[in-house]
Amino acid sequence: MNGQVALLLPDWIGRHSALHSHGVQAARIENLWWLMFWVCSGVFVLVMVALGLAITRASLPGGMPGPIPPQPRRRMTRTVAAAVGVTILTLFVLLIASVSTGRAIASLGAPKATVVRLIGHQWWWEVEYEDPVSSRIVQTANEIHIPAGRPVLVQLESRDVIHSFWVPSLHGKRDLIPGHDSEIWIEADRPGVYRGLCAEFCGYQHAHMGFLVIAETPERFGAWYNAQLQPAVLPSTPLQQRGRQVVEGAPCAVCHNIQGTQASGRLGPDLSHLASRRTLAAATLANTPGNLAGWIVDPQTVKPGNHMPANSLPAEDLQAVLAYLGSLK
Amino acid sequence: MRRARGFVVSACALALGFSLAGCPREKRDFRELPALDARPLPVRQTTLQPGSPLPSQVSNGPYEGNAPSIAEGETLYQQYNCAGCHFHGGGGIGPPLMDQQWIYGGSGQNIHDTIVQGRPNGMPSYGSHIPDDQVWKITAYVRTLSGQVPKSQSPTRSDELFPHPSEQAMPKEKPATTTQKASHPG
Repeated sequence: MNGQVALLLPDWIGRHSALHSHGVQAARIENLWWLMFWVCSGVFVLVMVALGLAITRASLPGGMPGPIPPQPRRRMTRTVAAAVGVTILTLFVLLIASVSTGRAIASLGAPKATVVRLIGHQWWWEVEYEDPVSSRIVQTANEIHIPAGRPVLVQLESRDVIHSFWVPSLHGKRDLIPGHDSEIWIEADRPGVYRGLCAEFCGYQHAHMGFLVIAETPERFGAWYNAQLQPAVLPSTPLQQRGRQVVEGAPCAVCHNIQGTQASGRLGPDLSHLASRRTLAAATLANTPGNLAGWIVDPQTVKPGNHMPANSLPAEDLQAVLAYLGSLK
Repeated sequence: MRRARGFVVSACALALGFSLAGCPREKRDFRELPALDARPLPVRQTTLQPGSPLPSQVSNGPYEGNAPSIAEGETLYQQYNCAGCHFHGGGGIGPPLMDQQWIYGGSGQNIHDTIVQGRPNGMPSYGSHIPDDQVWKITAYVRTLSGQVPKSQSPTRSDELFPHPSEQAMPKEKPATTTQKASHPG
């Protein structure tokens, strides 16, 4: 079944499961999950066996049950005490396993880790790579690129309501709370694309607030980072030129930023390198020209209630905008 | 006897159902007017005109009395940095929005046109940059600042550090159009 689903869907959906861990922390969570599963299964089987025995063996010979005679009474006390002891022991084992897992995954404490600031918005994720040199700060949206095999510190904050960061293949959940910064360490074992999503109900489009964590080899990550540092590509054809003019003059520029142009809004996702991303609208649509056109013209049909207004651009302007945005690698 | 009681109970249930269905409920329409579609009428700054008088503009816009849209307007007011000049209604660089002085008219249509077209002495024109439905939402919110909107529809809580009570508790000002531009510091 899993194989069939994986054939039909992009690979990052098939791996969207806490039981397919791809990081050290998720692996420990997975082990804890299986420990709890097997212990609870054992307890369930034992309880069912005991219940079955009680039903089949304890048929009283003749009529109403009377007071329990002294000898079976003592035996029963011993049985109950033993069962309580086993229960407490089992719970302690689970408690210790849970606490030690929690401590082990809480921090990866590397001194020179990549630091990503992740800001939750209704209903998308703003991503900013921290760097002491301000010209080396990278801004993007809905996609977190990380070097595989290295710890990454994700600092979480929210601009509006409570969201929650959850990449099941890498780690557990951590809430993004307005006015209260929190952080979470993640590490991916090997290169791959891992889907994440908002795990705290945050309004109309909570279900469509996804993102991708893209783990790459350190070299490829470095190349990606340097590409993101560049300002947006200059338009090379007359159509793209016109597209840029339309974007700068239309409402787009008020909310979206395109590095190196007049568009410098901060309310929506940064579009400087839009064409290099895999998805649109917070991992809701694949990044294709058709989807982009539909999203620009009528975003309220794709994600009703989201904060992007509809834009009725003339057909030739829309084509120009698509050509320009499609060139922003 | 029992049948009569059953009849009374079902009649009461029906009456309750009908009365609940009659409660007005604000509708939030996600698919708003597309941007760049609804251009405003030219604003009138004088009553002098050739020919017969044109109907005066008194419309307060499509979101008058719609609490979710007014709340949305409050968010947009912050996000588009209206507070940068008008502050949270008290005025500073631009004129205050919480008093009774309206240089270019205090009706929804007047406020909308002021935002869309811009005004002399500093108010920029936002017509081609903010979609029209958002302008109308901001307009609906601006009217709550001077208490022009019933309490049940105004935002209940003010999030900013400004010593005025929430929009809901603002005293109702009687709008007066003035031609004295000196009344604002801009």
